Amino acid sequence: MNTIVHLWNSLPLVPQMIIKGLAVIGVMFPIGGACSLIERKVSAKMQGRPGPNRAMPFWFAWVPVLGPFLQRLGLFHLMADGAKMFFKEDSLPGHVNKFYFLLAPVVAMIPALTTVTVVPFGAYLGDGGQLVPLVLANLDVGILAVFAVSSLGVYSLILAGWASNSKYPFLGGVRASAQLISYELSMTLSVLPVFLWINAPGGTGSLSFFHVVQAQSGTGLSWDGAWFIFYMPVSAVVFLVSLFAETNRLPFDMAEGEADLVGGFHTEYGSMKWGLFFVAEYSHMMVGSGMFILLFLGGWNPLPWLPLASLVGWLHHVTGWAFTVAPVFVGVLSIAIFLGKVLGFIFGFMVVRWTVPRFRYDQVMKLGWQKLLPLAIGNLIFYALMIAAIQLNLGWPTYLALTAGAIAALAIGLIVPRRQRAL
Amino acid sequence: MIAPPKPDLVTVNVDGKDIAVPKGTNMIEAARLASVEVPHYCYHPKLTVAGNCRMCLVEMGLPAVDPATKTPIMDPATGKQKINWMPRPTIACATNASPGLHIRTNTPAVVDCRNSVTEFLLINHPLDCPICDQAGECKLQEHSTAYGRGYSRFVEQKNVKPKRTQLGPRVTLDDERCILCSRCVRFSKEVAKDDVLGFIDRGSYSTLTCYPGRKLENNYSLNTVDICPVGALTSTDFRFKMRVWFLKQTPSIDTESSVGANTEVWSREGSIYRITPRQNDAVNDTWMADSGRILYKQVKAADRLVEYSIEGTAALPAVALAKAGGLLRAGSVAIVGSGRSSVEEQFLTRKLAEYLKAPVTLVSRVGPGDKILVSADRNPNVRGALVTGLVSSLPAQQLTELAAAIDAGQVKSVLSIGEDLTAAGLTAAQLAKVPVVYLGTQRNATSESAQVVIPTLTVFEKAGTFVNQQFRLQKFAKAVPGPAGVADDLATLAQLITAAGGPTLASDLGALWAIIAAEVKPLATVTYANLTASGLLLDGTPWAALPFVEGETLHFKPASPVAASA
Amino acid sequence: MPYVIERKPLTLLERLYIPQIIAGMRVTLKHFVSPNVTMEYPEQRPAIPAGYRGVPTLVMDPNGREKCVSCQLCEFVCPPKAIRITPGEIPADQPDRAHVEKGPKAFDIDMLRCIYCGLCQEVCPEEAIFLQNQYSMTGFTRAEMVNDKARLYELGGTLPDEHFKWDKKKAAAEHGNAH
Repeated sequence: MNTIVHLWNSLPLVPQMIIKGLAVIGVMFPIGGACSLIERKVSAKMQGRPGPNRAMPFWFAWVPVLGPFLQRLGLFHLMADGAKMFFKEDSLPGHVNKFYFLLAPVVAMIPALTTVTVVPFGAYLGDGGQLVPLVLANLDVGILAVFAVSSLGVYSLILAGWASNSKYPFLGGVRASAQLISYELSMTLSVLPVFLWINAPGGTGSLSFFHVVQAQSGTGLSWDGAWFIFYMPVSAVVFLVSLFAETNRLPFDMAEGEADLVGGFHTEYGSMKWGLFFVAEYSHMMVGSGMFILLFLGGWNPLPWLPLASLVGWLHHVTGWAFTVAPVFVGVLSIAIFLGKVLGFIFGFMVVRWTVPRFRYDQVMKLGWQKLLPLAIGNLIFYALMIAAIQLNLGWPTYLALTAGAIAALAIGLIVPRRQRAL
Repeated sequence: MIAPPKPDLVTVNVDGKDIAVPKGTNMIEAARLASVEVPHYCYHPKLTVAGNCRMCLVEMGLPAVDPATKTPIMDPATGKQKINWMPRPTIACATNASPGLHIRTNTPAVVDCRNSVTEFLLINHPLDCPICDQAGECKLQEHSTAYGRGYSRFVEQKNVKPKRTQLGPRVTLDDERCILCSRCVRFSKEVAKDDVLGFIDRGSYSTLTCYPGRKLENNYSLNTVDICPVGALTSTDFRFKMRVWFLKQTPSIDTESSVGANTEVWSREGSIYRITPRQNDAVNDTWMADSGRILYKQVKAADRLVEYSIEGTAALPAVALAKAGGLLRAGSVAIVGSGRSSVEEQFLTRKLAEYLKAPVTLVSRVGPGDKILVSADRNPNVRGALVTGLVSSLPAQQLTELAAAIDAGQVKSVLSIGEDLTAAGLTAAQLAKVPVVYLGTQRNATSESAQVVIPTLTVFEKAGTFVNQQFRLQKFAKAVPGPAGVADDLATLAQLITAAGGPTLASDLGALWAIIAAEVKPLATVTYANLTASGLLLDGTPWAALPFVEGETLHFKPASPVAASA
Repeated sequence: MPYVIERKPLTLLERLYIPQIIAGMRVTLKHFVSPNVTMEYPEQRPAIPAGYRGVPTLVMDPNGREKCVSCQLCEFVCPPKAIRITPGEIPADQPDRAHVEKGPKAFDIDMLRCIYCGLCQEVCPEEAIFLQNQYSMTGFTRAEMVNDKARLYELGGTLPDEHFKWDKKKAAAEHGNAH
């Protein structure tokens, strides 16, 4: 690993960047495609049908076991779909604003691929036994970069909706912008407690994801070992709901709305331009899932209170094999754990999509502004007070009083709107 | 026009409703006038009464009078004259209306009679309606629906009789279906005057048959098929061809002779399946000749002209018409009109002749008249040509004048409207001298040698009017569409007039009749739409002196003694 | 007069929404692991229930004779006018069919028009036309989709006949009740 790192560092900047870019494209596109296949298979199973299981190149049919298996898996549908998307006529409707119409899918891809670069997807043990993150751009402002760039994604929807010069796409674009603004706030506010926690006064401040994961990598029954989801559940829920809204997934896909908007912003799109929107959507899902896992589910740590380093150490201790502490093995292991979590999370996305019906537009707005935003603000205040109390070492009675107060406030928040309605 | 004598009316009471009917009307007709249907099989209004089917049994009553004083006996309950109802039902066909006659057609007793008669008739009936050509227009079927019991109590074996006896060249008999009403027997004897049919054997073995050595082969044999109330007598031509409920009926006129029998053309999806008579009591009653029923075959005949041609090669209609117009424009044209053309076509022919200042001749066709419904004059519309002014004298059978004119070189071209000039006495050499423009439906010697051939429509493919031997203007309607690409005859003639440099004339019936009414005095009050189905009798006196060839027919007596002797 | 029904107010759990979502996800996940209910069509074929109304066919009687007498009632009743029959006469020299007299010369059912309503079967007086269990009619041309007489008999085959109407007629003829 060290030689690889050395070789990498010896490369000039431009080839480095090109290789990184190609790596992102080369990974994200197939994963986007695979996600679409998984989505089709998962939805099919949930609806009691086998899903795609027909396509197969004729020369593959004679492969004894693998051929039928891959056919049943629908793997070739993925390729067929991809090939179809690339080779089908790229129609350009006559009534659109051509420049922006063509620009929109590109704009959709930029934030989708850019945000991937700041998400660490694994770690390896460096020279001093220190964990070094595997990330394309280990930015210290990590979360800010993601928020800043991924919010640009909505521009593609608005552009597509507007440039299509057609009613349904336009409505889709308008909805997308309103929805994104509504949920961006809650999302940002919901992650603040995490960073308040890890950037407690006295330490070195950082907004990088690696730092967040490190804060969840404690051993033993310590605060550090527990994942943030356990002691910031409200943050996690708000973040999760906002994530659904931000990625335009059901039940928040107001911008698409197949039933009422005929596909919404991408009604007028076809072939690969349409495909780009979907790769972007799945990239958003991947990045969003990765963020959630990094922030609340311990990143590449296999289990709460069992960080990666401990696992590797334990493995080395039990087996005695030298390679278990080699950087390459640790890196691959961490990537596997992280990717496993991400895929599990994406499966969760899909289960939600095929379970929960689409919200009405007013319900989306109401949930965003009247439920999530107050909840996120209250959550922030609670954790700010709590962190301050812990820092001041005020003792357990204070902590309990604060918690009780927060629960009381939540209860009032739930009951008061009912009273008002009754009046 | 002769005003019919005022009928002597008597009042009868049908099912409690008083109605005035002519004296001598039988009870079936009286009930029909009162809109009450009395079911019957053997009775036919144009035949003598046999009274053998017993289906028309009704209850009959007469006003009661005191036998001694002849004073009416009043019913104190109603204050009206008491009715003496007969204890047994009577057959309505054989009882004539008398003053105060009361008829009851809907009492339980009458219905019971009908039910019983129906059950008896169905005992030996094969019930093969699915293959019976009469199905759909079968009286037995209709009355069985109304009066049948729906199942048979007859458990014994039904009689088996021959199913396909050839009574004659055109009539097939299915003996099993026969209900022995004897309509066909009476028709042959009374109307066709060819007494060949009769029943042999007794009881349920009774069978309709021809006299030994005879056949039902007179020219009216198919009328027996029409009047057969069941499917016993079937037309060999129409047998198993099409079910009647698919057929569309179009009123038409028989063109085989100047009688102008009213007909009904039965067609489905552009093909004609049969022709039957249409009742017109002033012309053909309910009959027509067999020879008129096969005329529809010319529509799809092999020699049918379906394309415009110039010198034998197919040409576009406009090109052919332009070529014909060029020939006519050259002057010295002789027009051979036709007694088969409709009144409207003859009018347009007259307009063309007037414009070209061309002489018009017609060709007469004469055959033996049978004194029933085929007259000696085999052109249906010679009187139409007289009425429209196309010709002023009767045509000859041979075109001797035209032949002479061609030989003398006075004629530069000939326009023949459906007439075969060779058959009318012109030699091939004479035809070769002049270019001929031929308008017609079938190929013949003239069309082969003609310079320009323009296809026209048969009487079944167009609408128009004919004037029959009584000077009765009768209209016919379009039953089937013409061959693809062939224009309507009126349009063809109008275009020909235009192509010859003449005025543009209307080619649809409504507009053309406005012009005809304005220009032809005898037709001044006529419009096509107002012509009734029974036709309009025109005043024939201006032509009374002409020596018409027709002899007597069913409803026509020749006016001039010359014709009577011919 | 308008009549308003107050909707039942949501309980706290329902308003929290998340428990409901989890309940829903439990349902979908249960289906996720349960076996498929669909049939993989070309390989697996459904069992056709009795009385299924598939493609209309012509059937023969157990003696292998044509039952249709071309009465054209099906042609008449057919709502989309899919049936077209050319009637014909059975010549007298066919010993076991001559007494039927009439049979179809041509019998075409246009399956592009047929709506599988079954009225033809209902109306047939000879029980000659049946909508049987053939449910898949495909073709590449319009002409292929018109079933002619031969194809209709091929599809229809022979069905049991309880009436033997023509046999009875034949028996009556042979019994010789004739004069």
